Parts: sequence; C-alpha cells; structure tokens
Amino acid sequence: MVEHGDIRVVHRGGSKINSREPVVTNDSRFLLCASGERVKVFSTSTEECVHDLRGHTDLVTGVLLRPTNHLQVYSCSVDGTVRLWDFTDGILIKVQLDYCSVCVTCSWLMFDIVCMCVCAELFQLVAVHLPQSGDQLVEAQELSAVLSNVSSNPAATGFGRGVRAPPLRSPNAPPGAITYPKTDSPHLLTTQRKGGKNTLMCIACHPKDDCIATGHEDGKIRLWRNFNHKKEYTYTTLHWHHNAVSSLRFTPEGTNLLSGGLESVLVQWRYNQESERDFLPRLGSAITHIAVSPDGTLFCTSHSDNKITIIQSCVKVSAVIQGLVNGESVRTDLMVDPRSKSLVLNGKPGHLQFYSLQRDKLLYNLDIVQQEYIHELGLQQFEVVKVAFDAPGNWMATVEERKPKAAEPEINLKLWAFDEQTQSFVLNTTVSAPHEAQITSMCFSQAADGQTSMLVSASEDGHFKAWQLPRSAYEGPSWSCDFVGDYRGLAPQCCCFSADGSLLAVSFQEVVTVWSPASWELLTTLSQPPKAIRDLCFGRLGCSKYLMGTTASNLLCCWNLLTCSLEWSTSMDVSLLLSDPLTENMAAFCCQAESTDLFVFKPSEPRPVASLKAVCSGKVTRAVFAPREEMLESCEESSQWLNRSQLYFLTQHMLFIDDSVAMTPFYLLLGKHRKQENQDSLTRLSAELMPLPRGSLAIKELLQSPAHVLPSTSVLCSMFVESLLVSVADGSEESKHAEEEMESEKEEEDSEGEMESRTPRPEPASPGLQSAESAAPALTKAQLKELRRVKKLDHGWLADLLLS
Amino acid sequence: MGEFKVHRVRFFDYMPAAIRAMAFNRRTERLALARADGALEIFNFADNYFQEKVIPGQDGRAVEALCWVGRRLFSAGLNGEITEYDLENLRPRYTVEAYGGPIWTISGNDQGTLLAVGCEDGTVKMFEVLEDRIQFQRNLDRQKGRIISLCWHPSASLIAAGMMDMIRIFDVETGRATHRLLVERGVGASKSKEVVVWSIAFLSDHTIISGDSAGKVQIWDGLTGTLARTHLVTKWDVLALSVSQDESSLVAGTSEGTVVQFQFLSSTLDGQNKDWVRTRTFKNHSHDVRALVHTETAVVSGGMDTQLVVRPLLDKVEKNTQESAMRKMAFPHRSLVCCAKKAGLLLFQFPDHLELWRLGESDGHGETTMKFPLPPFQVSKLPKDLRSAHQLCFSTDSSRLFASSINSSVVVVALNQPECKYLHTLKPKSGEAESNLILEPVHLLFASEDGKWLATANTACEVQVYNLDKIKLHCTVPVYGSCPTAIAIHPTSSNLVVVHADQQIFEYSLVQKEYTEWSRRLQKQGLHSLWLERDTPITHVTFNPKHPAHIILHDMFMFCVIDQSLPLPEAKTRLFNQMILRSLPEPMRILHRHAFKMCKTFQNLMCVRLLEDHSLVVVERPLLDIMSQLPAPVRQKRFAT
Repeated sequence: MVEHGDIRVVHRGGSKINSREPVVTNDSRFLLCASGERVKVFSTSTEECVHDLRGHTDLVTGVLLRPTNHLQVYSCSVDGTVRLWDFTDGILIKVQLDYCSVCVTCSWLMFDIVCMCVCAELFQLVAVHLPQSGDQLVEAQELSAVLSNVSSNPAATGFGRGVRAPPLRSPNAPPGAITYPKTDSPHLLTTQRKGGKNTLMCIACHPKDDCIATGHEDGKIRLWRNFNHKKEYTYTTLHWHHNAVSSLRFTPEGTNLLSGGLESVLVQWRYNQESERDFLPRLGSAITHIAVSPDGTLFCTSHSDNKITIIQSCVKVSAVIQGLVNGESVRTDLMVDPRSKSLVLNGKPGHLQFYSLQRDKLLYNLDIVQQEYIHELGLQQFEVVKVAFDAPGNWMATVEERKPKAAEPEINLKLWAFDEQTQSFVLNTTVSAPHEAQITSMCFSQAADGQTSMLVSASEDGHFKAWQLPRSAYEGPSWSCDFVGDYRGLAPQCCCFSADGSLLAVSFQEVVTVWSPASWELLTTLSQPPKAIRDLCFGRLGCSKYLMGTTASNLLCCWNLLTCSLEWSTSMDVSLLLSDPLTENMAAFCCQAESTDLFVFKPSEPRPVASLKAVCSGKVTRAVFAPREEMLESCEESSQWLNRSQLYFLTQHMLFIDDSVAMTPFYLLLGKHRKQENQDSLTRLSAELMPLPRGSLAIKELLQSPAHVLPSTSVLCSMFVESLLVSVADGSEESKHAEEEMESEKEEEDSEGEMESRTPRPEPASPGLQSAESAAPALTKAQLKELRRVKKLDHGWLADLLLS
Repeated sequence: MGEFKVHRVRFFDYMPAAIRAMAFNRRTERLALARADGALEIFNFADNYFQEKVIPGQDGRAVEALCWVGRRLFSAGLNGEITEYDLENLRPRYTVEAYGGPIWTISGNDQGTLLAVGCEDGTVKMFEVLEDRIQFQRNLDRQKGRIISLCWHPSASLIAAGMMDMIRIFDVETGRATHRLLVERGVGASKSKEVVVWSIAFLSDHTIISGDSAGKVQIWDGLTGTLARTHLVTKWDVLALSVSQDESSLVAGTSEGTVVQFQFLSSTLDGQNKDWVRTRTFKNHSHDVRALVHTETAVVSGGMDTQLVVRPLLDKVEKNTQESAMRKMAFPHRSLVCCAKKAGLLLFQFPDHLELWRLGESDGHGETTMKFPLPPFQVSKLPKDLRSAHQLCFSTDSSRLFASSINSSVVVVALNQPECKYLHTLKPKSGEAESNLILEPVHLLFASEDGKWLATANTACEVQVYNLDKIKLHCTVPVYGSCPTAIAIHPTSSNLVVVHADQQIFEYSLVQKEYTEWSRRLQKQGLHSLWLERDTPITHVTFNPKHPAHIILHDMFMFCVIDQSLPLPEAKTRLFNQMILRSLPEPMRILHRHAFKMCKTFQNLMCVRLLEDHSLVVVERPLLDIMSQLPAPVRQKRFAT
C-alpha cells in the first residue's frame, strides 16, 4: 500500500520535559531529562540542548546517573528496556531488557543494581538486578518483589541512607502512611488525624540522618524520626504551602530541605531550624519536581508549564529551559508567525508562545492579557482564545475571553503592531466587548498590496464585524469597526478571506455567504444542507476559485465560485481542514475509529495528492502548514506537496511533523476513481457504498434543508419522485438523469449536486468495478454541463435576490 | 422511657475562671489546679480524671504558682504570701508572708526539704519544709529585676532562675550566682522591650531550657553557660514549659494556644548523638496556655480559655482505647444547681453569690420557661459547729439540715425551732481508728425521702449510711476503688444507688445490707463499652416516683433513664439509642430494647431534675456562650485573611 517509504510521520518535539525529575551531572555542567522517547542533555550554563539520546521506543520514565561511573547514565522506559548511555558523547553503551517488560506501565530508577518497576493494576516495587556483563544486549533475569501495593506516583517512593542494605521506604495505600521495611516486616507510620486531606504526595530521605520528609496534599510537610520503633515514632509538621506539596528534596549535605508546589515558590527550610526558611518566589508556574546537583550548587525545578529552571544556590535563576507549553487545551489554533516562521499558540495563562519549530525551542512568550495571574481553585482566568496574523506579519489580532459561571463572558479584542525596533509586537488597539457573545472565528484579509489590512471577526451573537485601520488618523492609527454584517439572524461559524482578499466567505450554520469586502455586498449564498458548516477554506494560487468546506454531517464540499456551484463533494468525517498558504494543496484530517487519516488534495480535482492512513491515534484537532526554510526538490508525486512546507499537527502528548503519505484512494470522492492499483481498497469502497439508504435519505435531506435554499416545488416534486425511482436499471437511469438536468436548470447548485452525487452511487454496486469506472467520468461531464447552465442563469437570479 | 414536659433553662450564666497554674504530683497522680479567682481544684488522674476536691477562692488571693511537696500542697501569689492547704478539710492551713514583694514562682526540691520562691524584689528565698509548717531559711544573692521562674536541679545543689533578659544559676550551698545567661531580645519593634523568661527547666545533665516572651525555646548548656540551640516557636510568648520525668520530651505552651512538643532524639537510628528536636504541635486552646504538665502518657494544658485539656501522646498509649482519647474538661464534676421539686425553684451556685429563680409556666408545647429572679434573704444566726461546711443537705420535711464538716463528719441541725439548733454530729467510725486514718472530706450527702437514712460519700471512696432514727452508722457500703460521683436512696425500696467516677453503677440494699440482684447482674454482665467510654462523670441520680424501676441520671452530655425491668444491653452488641429504636419495626424494637435509655438532645447539662408535676427541668450552659464571654485572644495571622 505504501508506495513511497521516504515520507514518514516523525515526532518532532514539544514533548514534556517535566514528566520526571531532571538529573544534574556531578560537575554541574549538564542537565539530563526525559523528554518523550528520548533523553535530552542540556547545558546548564547556555540552556542549549547538547545531545539527544535516542533509542527508546516508548516514553522514558526514569533517568539516573550511574553511581560507579559519573559519566554514564541509565534510562528506563515503558518499552521495558534499561539503557546505559555515555552522555558526554551521546552514545548508547548497553541495553538491558527487562524481564517483565509486558506489564511495566511505569518505572523509575533508584540504584545501580536496582530498577524499580511498577506493574499494571497491582503496583509493586520490584528490584531488578542488572547483570554485569560485557554484552551490548543483556536480559535481566533476577527479579525480586520488594513491596506490593505502592503508590503509582514515583515521587512517593524514596531511598534512605546506606547502600549495602538499602532501607526502602514507600507509601502505601492509606493516606499519610509510609512503610519502612528495614529487615523483614514493613510497618506503617500514620498521622493521628483521620479524615484530613493528608494523602501522601512525595517523600524525601535525609542523606545523613534517619529522617524522612513527606509532603502531603494539605500542604503540610512532616519530618518523621525514630521510625525504627513500632510505636514511638514521632514527627514534626511544617506548614507553609497552602496546596499540595508536589516535590521535596534534601540538599546533599542535609542542611536544607527544599519544597515546592502549586504556589510556584521554592521554599528552603533549614534542617532542625525549621522556623527559618528562604523563599524564591515568582518561578512562573507550579513546581512539579526539584533536583539538586550532587555538589549542592545548583537546584533544578521542573514546572508544570514544561519548563526547567536552574537556580544557583537558591537565590538566582541562572537558566531556564523551556519546552512547548501545553496547557489544559490549545484554545487558539496553531498559527505560524509570518515573520519568525515560529509556531504561535497559547501557552501559559494569558500568554502567547512563539515556538521555533526548527530548533524545538520556545522563542518567547508574549503577555496578551497583561494581568497578574492569581491562582485560585475555581477562579476563571482570562484565556487567549483566538489569534490571527496578517500576511506580512505586521499585525496580530488576539481575542481573550473570560467566562464567569453566571455572567456574560468578558471578551477583549486586541490588535498588535509589529515594532521593527524591538522586534516584537506592541499593543495598538484594545476593543473591549467587540461582540456580545463568544467569538467563533477571526481572520485577516490576505490583501496582496499589504497596505490596507482588514480583520473580520465572527461571533455567536449573530454578527460578523469587519475592523479596519483608518489611514488618515491624526493621532496614531488605531483600529475601528468598519462593517457589521449578519444573515437571517443566524450565528456565523467560520470566516475566510480568499487569497487576493477580494472575497469573504462567512458560514452561517448550513449557509455559506460570500461577501465583497470592498463594497460589503452579499454576493451569493451557497448551501450544503443538512448540517452546519464546520470549516471553510479558500483555495490558493491556481485553485483560488474554489471554496472548500466541511459540514457536521461528514461532508467535504468544494464550491466553484465562478459558477457558484458545487464542484464536488464527498462524504468523509473531516475533523480538520486546512490549506497550505504556499501551494494549492489542502490537507484534511479524518478521524475514524480512534485513529486519524490524512488526505492531501488540490481543490481543483477530488483526487488525493497523497494520503496516509492512521497517522496517529486519537483525533487531530490542531494542525498547521509551516513553510520550509529551503525548498526541497522532490520529484515524487506523492511527496511534492511537502516540498515547500511541512505539516505539523498536535497530538495529546507532543508535536508531530508529517513527512509521509501512504497511497490509498481518496475513496469517497465523487466520480473520480482513477488510481485503481489496489483492488482490495476498491472492493472496500463498493462495500461501503452498498448499504447507503437511498430514497429515505433523499427525503430526509429534502425535509431538513431550509426552505430558502430549496428550489421551487415543481422541481422538488420531480426530484422527489425521481429519488423514489432510483433502483431502476442503469440505462434508464442515465437518460432520466439527463432529463432531470434539463428540468432543473433553475436549481441551486448544492442541492442539485447532492442529489446527483447520491443517485448514481448505487450503480457500481450491481455491475461491478468496471461500470463504476466508466460511469463516473461521464457523470462528471454531465454535471459540468449542467453546472455551467446553472451558472448562466444564476446571475439573473442573484441580481433578483440582491434587489429584493 | 415515657414523655416529659421539659423546662429548658439557659439563663444560668456560669462562667469558669481562667486556669492560672498547675502542679502534678506524680506519686499520688493528683493534679492541683489554680484558677484566676483563687479557687483550687484537685483532679485524680488515676480515677478517670475525677475532680475530687475544690477549695473555693478568696478575693485578692490570686494564686500565681503551685507546688507539691510530698502530699502537701503549697501556693504562692502576687500578694506576697505562701499558703499551705489543708486538703482534708478543704481550706488553707496557714499563710506565711515572704517579705519580698509579689511572689512569681515557687518550687520545691526533689528531696522535699526546701522551698524556693522568686520575688519581685529580685531575691530567691529559701524556706525549710518542716513537719507542720515552713520556716524562712535564707536569701540567695539578690539580683536586679524580678525572679519570674525557678527550677531546681534534680541534685538540689543548683537552682536556675529566669529573670528579665537573663537566666541566673545559683549554687544553693553558697547562695552565689555561678552563671549568668543572657537571653536575646525579640527582633523588630520588641527589641526595646525586655524579654521575660516565663518558664525554665533544669535537666539532670545540666541542660537548661527556657521559654521567653520573645517566643523562643532555648536550650543552654548549664555547665558552660552557653546557648546550644534556639527554637523560635511563636511570635508571641512562650508561657509554660514542662519536661517529662525521663527527660526525653518537653512541651512548651504559647500565647497562641498551641502546645509544642520537643523530643530528645538521636539523629541516626543507632547513634548516640542526641538532640532536642521540635516535633508535634497541639492546638487545643483558643487563648494563652498558662499552665502545662507533662505526665507519663499525656500533655495536660490549661489556660485563659478555662478548659483543662488532657492530650494523650499516642506513642505512649495504646491506640483507639479510652486512654488515647483526648479530654476537655470545661465544667465542674459536681452539681452547681439545686432544684426545689415542689416549689419549682432553681438555685444557681456562683463562686461568690447564689441566684434563686422560679420556674414559670409555658403554654404546653413550647419550651419557653419564664424566669423570675427572687430577692435574696438572710438567715440570721447559725450554730457554731456549722461554720465550715463542704456540702449541705435538707431532709425532705425540711426539719433537719445536714452539713458535711471537718474530719469527715456530718453535723445535723434542727430547723423546726424558731432558731437553728445544733443537734448532733455523725461520725463515720466511733473512736478507735480516728487517730491514724486520714479522713477525707465528705463531698456527697443524700437524705432519703422517708427521713430514715442519710447517705454520705467521701473522696476516699467510702460510702456510709446513717440511720437517722437511731442516730448512728447503719452500714458502710463495700469500698469500691473509684470515687462516688453521685448517690441516691430509692424512696420506696430503700436501695442506695451509687455511681462512680469510672462510670460503674451499684445498687445496695440498705435493708439486707448487700448488693441487690440487679446490681449483681449488672456487674456480672458488665456495662456497655459506650457507657464506660463517656468522659464526664454522672453528677446526679434521681428516681421517677411514677415508675419505681426507673433511675434517672445525667452527665454533661446526656441524661439517661435506666429501666431496671428491661434486660441489660450486651457488652458486645450495638447500643441503640431511642431515636434509632423508634425507627425500627416493632419486633426489632422489642428485640433491641435495653435498660439504658439515653437522650442527647440537651448538651452541656448542668442539671436535670424531675419535678413533682412530672415535668423535667433541664439546665444547659452551652460551651459557645462561655467561649463568647472570653476576652479576645492574641492576634494571629491566618492564611488568606
């Protein structure tokens, strides 16, 4: 099936670097952290990524310096292997296969000789003795269960003093309890209060004294002592954090205890002088892990916004390693900044992040909301929900929104001008409450001259507004509203400018309206019943006469704007449609059965340029075409579409780049089944076409279409009757079809097209593949003829409509 | 159980006084407690924390410090006097003027030979403890500034004194100060204020621990006079310190109402290198913790919020037992309310006055009780033998007054004459044992309704019954190990019901001079654990004249009707209360019926009495009302305020 193996989906970057605690090397020069399937080596002084240790085939879950050789590092992964690396050269030294690799869901490393694996469902602490042999690939045989019923949180297991017979301490199921298996029987240390929110979150052991520090959900830190006694153990409670303590760490000398949590403050407690503490506030976001370099000079904190901060002796932030911030959701679409060619999306609360795709590095954050971020549970924050750039990148528009539970949403539209001097965006205009309801879509006009910029925003309040920058403003140009449009009180869903900026398409539920931005005339309406339009996209370059749209009823439609008619449509569940700004190509992501297929096509012909099945699992809702820095010279037909730009899409975990297409026919596209090399896929096609309900569907669609987009009843009547007569032999069908074309000249394009696309479908079912091939092009010809006629008539009809 | 019309009384403004000082006698397990109004209370920790004795206070005799020497109790106050108490007769035995201005502290050495007091004028005065009194011995070197706290070294050769801004160590032999430890003042605005060493402890390894007004607990080396460690505990004052007997644990009470525990722990599991480490923090008080005692198993604290809190240390006691439960004692363990059944009058007892109220009428379905304070009147002349009485009791026909007097005796006074007339004195044992026995005071009196019997109970757990017709001792109930908290004689069957501090109930037939069948059955089967785990004693027992088998008794949190005709609850089964029983279907209800019918509708009960008209008087004193009358506590920063 795959014709060209050189195109692949590659995990590009943006993966979490804060999933596990980072490791600082003995000389404090490098910082190692697990990042997706790799281990990244960063320089602590320059923040640059020095090496990328690749080899694991699944998420890396633990990194540990080899205690006997401080230039080597172990890493373990969900794929069940433990690998030994030389991190200074970035070389893989050894692979050790884990015995129980099947059931490992989560694992972390603690000691040279012991690897902790936690098995599925029943979480167990298992010691794996890594055999000392010279081979590259070694299978670990020795396995011993240490503790069962441990917490799945790796921060909740700790090791104490003494390497020979390591006392393992591990949290157990009851809240606030830790076990201490010194020799034979582990016992529980429990806090006195029941019912408190004292669930154990993290644990740290003092390097010299026998003291265990535990962090709890209620923000308390407890220091346990005397825990070898079954009863007479005792603890001290330290309380500063108001929310769960997420990480605890002792400094190597044991003089200080570091703790962090949601407050994004690093707290340093003096050991045995706990009333004295130091704070390092304003670290940006919640601390998830704390690591200390072996010499105690550097502290590293991982943060929830995918950031690692390197702190010098608890006073100064010396470096920040920032990954792609992936908050709760990407509310804005993925955007490419035309100037820096960086990816733009919302990251930290109230910020936009500019992320370099080439270097997998965050360039900078732009504060959009410009308000102090106050964390409070249940407090609604301002969020950046929409971003748009104009073509040269001079202007950026942002929409921020806050939706209180029982009140009107607060919406601000901000327009930012690019400042050449500071090389950054500067706030130009703030429009508070630009619309009364949520803004659904926003786009700049892609004007060719680059002088007059226009922004269109569509909102659920039933209006779309055009914003313009008046040229002759005497005191600094600022944006103002130019036009407010609506259509039958419907809520606009998407808006899109054509490539030259001469047309604006706005979708109102199932109707697409086309406007002229110069005169704000409603030029035409296009409709594709029965469901609302989900996505709209104009074709580019040679295909700029086409307008693509997807509907909620799983239709992908292509309208020809010259004829104002439906060029073609096909039934596919497109979750995302986007166009490449540099080529004519468009990409459609199709979600089917938990995996996503990708099709790339040109609007001019309903034939996929390239298609790839099962690009990734799950639904792809955000993707973007990013221009390549240098053009590729690929002559392969299926990979030409990637010559000028790359397609990036965002999955749940990380950013992927798409470099691959597998050849399968674009099987539901109307008419054109040209590549029939693969017989099996075609049989699948016919099998899928077979069970389509015919008459009933046509009736349903007739009834569901809005009255104003339906043709006259006389036409409808014949159509209706015709739809009932569908199952007659193909010859008569053809002739009838021709008759119908003659009759329905006045018809509007979409309902007609829909009918046509439906009626011939049963044909291939009975005669087989050959007839399908022959029937389809003929039909298209007939349709084109008919469409041309419709177009001729359509002008008069349109004029009538405009006059009325 | 029957239904009662209830008079719900909430106008008894009982207000306990703040706890000022405490002293614990480890040998007898008695806790002496001094309140701000000068009253002294003795709690028996061995007997379910029962408040055995109360010595009422006097104006201008506020106790500042308490000290046990053997079984003798001494107190000192800001009036400059040292008082020894007569615990048998519940009154001060004698008072000695120290001539050093107000006394801040008193401390006896472990040997029980010397008493040291710290005075306002800067002297530490030594008193020799003699057989029947104390005698001034000498002054130690006089210092500038008052002596706030004192602590003896266990060897009794050294004494440490906490002063303003410093700690002095004296050699007792020579009387010279050997060390002067300067205590750092607080930071910031309090820098100019003198720091007060409120409390001090001197351990056997010559470690000195001090708590001061800058909120520090400091650990000093007493041999070299150097500071070993400072623990900043609070922003306010550390007012009290107490060390456990084995010197492994230390508690400090602060103005914030917290008690902070320090433990002497080794840093490694096997190591010898021990250090004082701050461990737990208890917050059981809303106001200053003024007095603190570290017993073997618990931390006992008391302060401005008037409650005595016994907080068991869970590493010292078995978990989930009665011993591991925390106790808060806010109310006295005796009845402060008397009720005239026929007349419908209520008498409220205050430290310095009485209030007499008449119960009003209500319209029947509400709980409104009208109240009329009655004007006080004076009884003219009393016989001489009635000068000191701990407990009074009238006979049912009001012809006799019984008063418990000195030496465990009861004085009988006739009232039917125009003037009160002394009749005779009832003595527990005639003659022979009197000399060598310590006679504990009678704290409970009950005269039977038919006027034939008088039952007395004293704090030595003895219950005696006198025959009033023959004016002699009828019998002595076999002594049970716990102190009786309430006694009553049944009006018809003449059975004596005794309830003890450990919640045991006995019924003793006066006619047969033996325990009744029901009582034996009860002892054999054992009381239900829920009954035994209640932490307030039964303060009153009465009977229902309509149902002779009913015994009505109450403690602070419930009142209970014991139906002797019903089966006793099994010790292992669930104890159903009346609310649950009512919801059960009929056969189940009969099956689960048991003799103990409890009602917890009314809380903080000061008194439950059954009137003649079969209505119930319930006097409540909600704890919240007491709390609201307390002065404002020190300001504390609370999160998110």
